[in-house]
Amino acid sequence: MSILVDPSTRILVQGITGDFGSRHAKASLDYGTQLVAGVTPGKGGQTFDHGTHKVPVYDTVDEAVKQSGATVSVIFVPPPFAAEAILEGVDAGLDLVVCITEGIPVNDMIKVKSVMQGSKTRLIGPNCPGLVTPGTGDKSYGGCRIGIAPGYIHKRGNIGVVSRSGTLTYEAVWQLTTRGYGQSTCVGIGGDPVNGTSHLDVLKLFNEDPETEGIIMIGEIGGTAEAEAARWAKENCKKPIAGFIAGATAPPGRRMGHAGAIVGGADDTAAAKKKILAECGIAVSDSPADMAVTLLRAMGKL
Amino acid sequence: MNIHEYQAKELFEKFGVATPQGKVAATAEEAGAAAREIGGTGLVVKAQVHAGGRGKGTFTNGFKGGVHVINTAEEAQDIAGKMLGQTLVTHQTGPEGKLVSKVLIAKSVDIAKEHYFAILFDRSTSRHAIIASTEGGMNIEEVAEKTPEKIIKEFVHPTLGLQGYQCRKIAAALGLRGALMNQAVKLFTALYKLYIQSDCSLVEVNPLAITTDNQVVALDAKFNFDDNALYRQKDVVALRDTSEEDPREVAASEFGLSYIGLDGNIACLVNGAGLAMATMDIIKFHGGDPANFLDVGGGASKDQVAAAFKIILGDPNVKGILVNIFGGIMDCNVIATGIIAAAQETGLSLPLVVRLEGNNVAAGKETLANSGLAITGADDLTDAAQKIVAAVAAA
Repeated sequence: MSILVDPSTRILVQGITGDFGSRHAKASLDYGTQLVAGVTPGKGGQTFDHGTHKVPVYDTVDEAVKQSGATVSVIFVPPPFAAEAILEGVDAGLDLVVCITEGIPVNDMIKVKSVMQGSKTRLIGPNCPGLVTPGTGDKSYGGCRIGIAPGYIHKRGNIGVVSRSGTLTYEAVWQLTTRGYGQSTCVGIGGDPVNGTSHLDVLKLFNEDPETEGIIMIGEIGGTAEAEAARWAKENCKKPIAGFIAGATAPPGRRMGHAGAIVGGADDTAAAKKKILAECGIAVSDSPADMAVTLLRAMGKL
Repeated sequence: MNIHEYQAKELFEKFGVATPQGKVAATAEEAGAAAREIGGTGLVVKAQVHAGGRGKGTFTNGFKGGVHVINTAEEAQDIAGKMLGQTLVTHQTGPEGKLVSKVLIAKSVDIAKEHYFAILFDRSTSRHAIIASTEGGMNIEEVAEKTPEKIIKEFVHPTLGLQGYQCRKIAAALGLRGALMNQAVKLFTALYKLYIQSDCSLVEVNPLAITTDNQVVALDAKFNFDDNALYRQKDVVALRDTSEEDPREVAASEFGLSYIGLDGNIACLVNGAGLAMATMDIIKFHGGDPANFLDVGGGASKDQVAAAFKIILGDPNVKGILVNIFGGIMDCNVIATGIIAAAQETGLSLPLVVRLEGNNVAAGKETLANSGLAITGADDLTDAAQKIVAAVAAA
């Protein structure tokens, strides 16, 4: 098993004919992912061609879902239209919407998140690299690649990875793969302050997944999401977790005004988060180069 | 992005937020005319720079104080003449100070009571929140820590917006009754409209003043804007004063790079914000000091890499450079070519350690090795950090 998606999951791409969307749709097809439909308003009836693949393009997500049986969508549309694209996926009754788009205004996402409450759709992102459940073929071919992560760095296995950052996720995956340890699923939840799926949500899924034996959780300064996940894990998670928090050397207060600290609490520096993680029984890696090693030690593999 | 006090005042006036009358002036003559137009005595002349502590600051020409109370138009002209074109040093500007190119002439008010009022985005609830307190004019974090019961919080519904009853609740909690309650509700409502329509992430009014003649007015304000929304906020973008920002950060933003200058001597150039932060961390972990945060983004082009090198090398403290690229889908050979071009173009003589990983990495490493330049390759993150720290220590 894996979490959220597996190699048989049927995917549609919102914004498949754009530069960014088409590039990554092709990479997913090359990886062997079941990419079964695309949506670009006004281009319905065309096909998206890549090698021997001919992916039908629809005008609306609703049509694409009904015709193709897709259950998951990935969004590559530009920021001004991305919030609405998420809502279109929700309206079409998808299980999962993965929004790659970077730069969606906070006010748009606040409304989207509010509207999504009570719907059956889960959102991952925005501003995220997406997720990968590696396949069993050469260089993990045959897996489910949704988003922009390089597929070939993965390897099918038993470690779950969850992170806010894209390239730092790849770093952790590569550390595992080069040491011979594969991944069950790697989830990039995105770096925006308002996102659909939290560290905690993903930890819960990994905890329930029989295939996942250990977890790497990668966080950053700002917010309290990692601390909440750690506190839950202390009481509930049956599996070893290694954690890394980026930003120990970042200058404080560059993005948020000081009044934000009142509501957010004082737990959002790297040092404070690492302390909370350690207190909750998570093996903390002080160096980003030691994420895999720290987990493997916690699992008794080293 | 920060804005000037006079710009905040103009936003207040545009949205109907009560604030003492004021006018901006770029010359001494304009300052005199502004004082005449506002009329009366007890006006203030305030130097316009993005820094606190102006009242206690000193100009490099010896003139003391960036805030002065004046009573005549002649005085306004005289004081403005001593500020404009001069550099003001405060505890927040650093010793180099900031050039004053505008002054604000405003009516001063007699304050009976100072409150605190802010609207901000709260990420833990994914909602906008109102924070208010009777302890105005103070450091609000200190108030929250020592007397949390004096902090009033109200969360705004994502689609309904701030409701009238919420404004009345806050006004009542601040002890504003009768006519003051009506004025406060009007001010809160107008301020929320300004906050939402301008895509702010913070508007902090400190103090929210009650005057001796029973007026509720916003005296000073700090604004933050949501960077993601600037594409639809042309009026807000027009308020940006790049002369107030770090010139390296301004240059970086022109090339789509994200740069933040720090105090150390090891520059880094990285793709991805998380990995860029982690690279700074690992430099520190191995005993070095990062000189900057620099994220070249996912699709770093040759031009972007060259621009990044120039910005990095503009910092005289830099004694070495660490490039850390996890190529992923990007072709490492293209990045290697970009690094070589940038190194040649800038006549780089500092130690340069490059860690490349990802697509076509073998070709990239070969290109670097055959460049004839003194570039040190690194196999992984630890190796890269140790090599650059050692090279800088030896230099």
